[in-house]
Amino acid sequence: MHVRYLTTRGPVRAVDGVSFAIQPGEVIGLAGESGSGKSTIAHAILRILHPPALITGGQAMFEGRDIMQMDDAELQQFRWSKIAIVFQSAMNALNPVMKIRDQLTDVMVHHGMSKADANQRAVELFDLVGIEPKRLDSYPHQLSGGMRQRAVIAIALALKPPLLIMDEPTTALDVVVQKDILEQITRLREKLGFSILFITHDLSLLVEISTRISIMYAGEIVEKAPARELFEKPLHPYTLGLMNSFPSISGKKHDLAGIPGSPPDLVAPPNGCRFHPRCPKAMPICEQIAPATKTISSDHSVACHLFDSQEGAK
Amino acid sequence: MITATLQTKSILDVRNLTKHFPVGTFISPKQVHAVENVSFSVQRGQVVALVGESGSGKTTTIRMVARLIPATEGEIFFKGVDVLKSEPHEASLGYRRLVQLIFQDPFASLNPVHTIEHHLARPLVIHKKASDSQEIHNRVCELLETVELKPAVAIASRYPHQLSGGQRQRVAIARALAVDPELILADEPISMLDVSIRMGVLNLIHRLKTERGISFVYITHDLASARYIGDQIMVMYAGHMVEGGESEAIMGNPSHPYTQLLLSAVPDPRAGLRTDKNAQARGEVPSLIDPPPGCPFAARCPRVMDICRQVMPEQAVIKPEHWVRCHLFSIAS
Repeated sequence: MHVRYLTTRGPVRAVDGVSFAIQPGEVIGLAGESGSGKSTIAHAILRILHPPALITGGQAMFEGRDIMQMDDAELQQFRWSKIAIVFQSAMNALNPVMKIRDQLTDVMVHHGMSKADANQRAVELFDLVGIEPKRLDSYPHQLSGGMRQRAVIAIALALKPPLLIMDEPTTALDVVVQKDILEQITRLREKLGFSILFITHDLSLLVEISTRISIMYAGEIVEKAPARELFEKPLHPYTLGLMNSFPSISGKKHDLAGIPGSPPDLVAPPNGCRFHPRCPKAMPICEQIAPATKTISSDHSVACHLFDSQEGAK
Repeated sequence: MITATLQTKSILDVRNLTKHFPVGTFISPKQVHAVENVSFSVQRGQVVALVGESGSGKTTTIRMVARLIPATEGEIFFKGVDVLKSEPHEASLGYRRLVQLIFQDPFASLNPVHTIEHHLARPLVIHKKASDSQEIHNRVCELLETVELKPAVAIASRYPHQLSGGQRQRVAIARALAVDPELILADEPISMLDVSIRMGVLNLIHRLKTERGISFVYITHDLASARYIGDQIMVMYAGHMVEGGESEAIMGNPSHPYTQLLLSAVPDPRAGLRTDKNAQARGEVPSLIDPPPGCPFAARCPRVMDICRQVMPEQAVIKPEHWVRCHLFSIAS
């Protein structure tokens, strides 16, 4: 997958050759800082990117079909019934002058459900996400932040999609509400069996909720591993740096370094490995050649020259 | 209460600080009880972390301390002087020099049409820290180097939009440092920054504390960073301070049910996905408009008792450096 943002300063390489797969029932975590391209990927998969963004290459295969090749009519049917998305700011994803009920039924009626059935389903959905059905007739501003986020999740679940993309669904919420919603998502997933592509900058959150994690930096995936393994045995220096950016609430207190410098300008990303200007272990080769992705074990891969010799080794 | 010997060492002593905002109509006036009877003190060279969810009154508290908004009631002792009495109308220039603020959003706290040098020169001129332009320039570069912005001369001539979020927040810290303050009030200084650069800013605060003996009040909603940097932690809920003390004491033995709830909500991969049944409390923060009597957490508390809905509990001391306001403990002590 490649996405470029066309700007007056030249194309921004927001997503550069990213590949990953999601199995049914899995929670894939996508972690990275702002500007690393995580949201762009989510939007590209649903083809809801607007100019100046341009998908310049790549495929997104869903149940054997390439989303990028679908025509408009197909896409209309496909979106929401197969893949739904929960946006970052649920507060703003809802229309402030429409009742929640209308916003919920709108998507179902659009996909050919009768008004009465849609209303019935709306009540079920609110039940599912734990809001009282009488709240259906509220306007968004009458709900708290947590309730609005639940309502948005209900809308995403309306057509029972097999894949849900969640783009920082809890960033704007307080920790307690965040925890509540994450537990709810986990319960719903166990009950309904959908897959999730979970996008966030909060690595500690991802380790808790997802099965496999991909780490993105400057438009590329630098490391992929099962959640536990990534946490216990991070390989890429960037992943290590991220891990060292979160103070813990338990265990021994120690000094955390974070990562020096700031993320690169993607109009002109650094040559070679894009992380090398900030990397504590940078070698001469890192400035010249972009590292290929190396498979360390069956499920763990990393793009870093430090592991050039270890390829295939267990 | 804190003993007299400690008070002499403290730089800031806040007692029973209260802020009510009037809302409603002329016919039915109402009060938002934003901050209610908050007391805490900051020792010299210490970082006190104020922790709480949005709407808990953290920012209102430090805005009163910074004297940006008047307090409804209460006393603020700065170096032993009750500043609300000695300077009742507006804080003196001297107070503003010694107590500086850092805001949450480094994109909003710098003026986009002025250079970094201009931002740092202003406090120097206003507080007469430097007079001729050469001296000001040298001082500006020195400040930028203190906050690890290099090369200082180049950074000084830049505009805010040419800097990253982390760099801007460092400029905001440099601006606070320009007037040699003794107390810095930092209002969520890292919450708007990228994760990988947050630690850098926290470590800078820690360095300023140890090297220069500056005291900090650090506001956050994140208990983990409060533990990382705070010597003391104060937990706020719905305008009340519900628990406070040495940070290790609180993290090791969180006593108020709200603190337990907050702690259990922090994602902690080291502990795995914990489902601590004790700390399950549904619901959200109550309305602060004319709240009912009793403990504000009563509506959500898993261990609520009858008395909690009637009387706000008094402070109960668990250990010398750890207190809590909860009826569960007032019975025990």
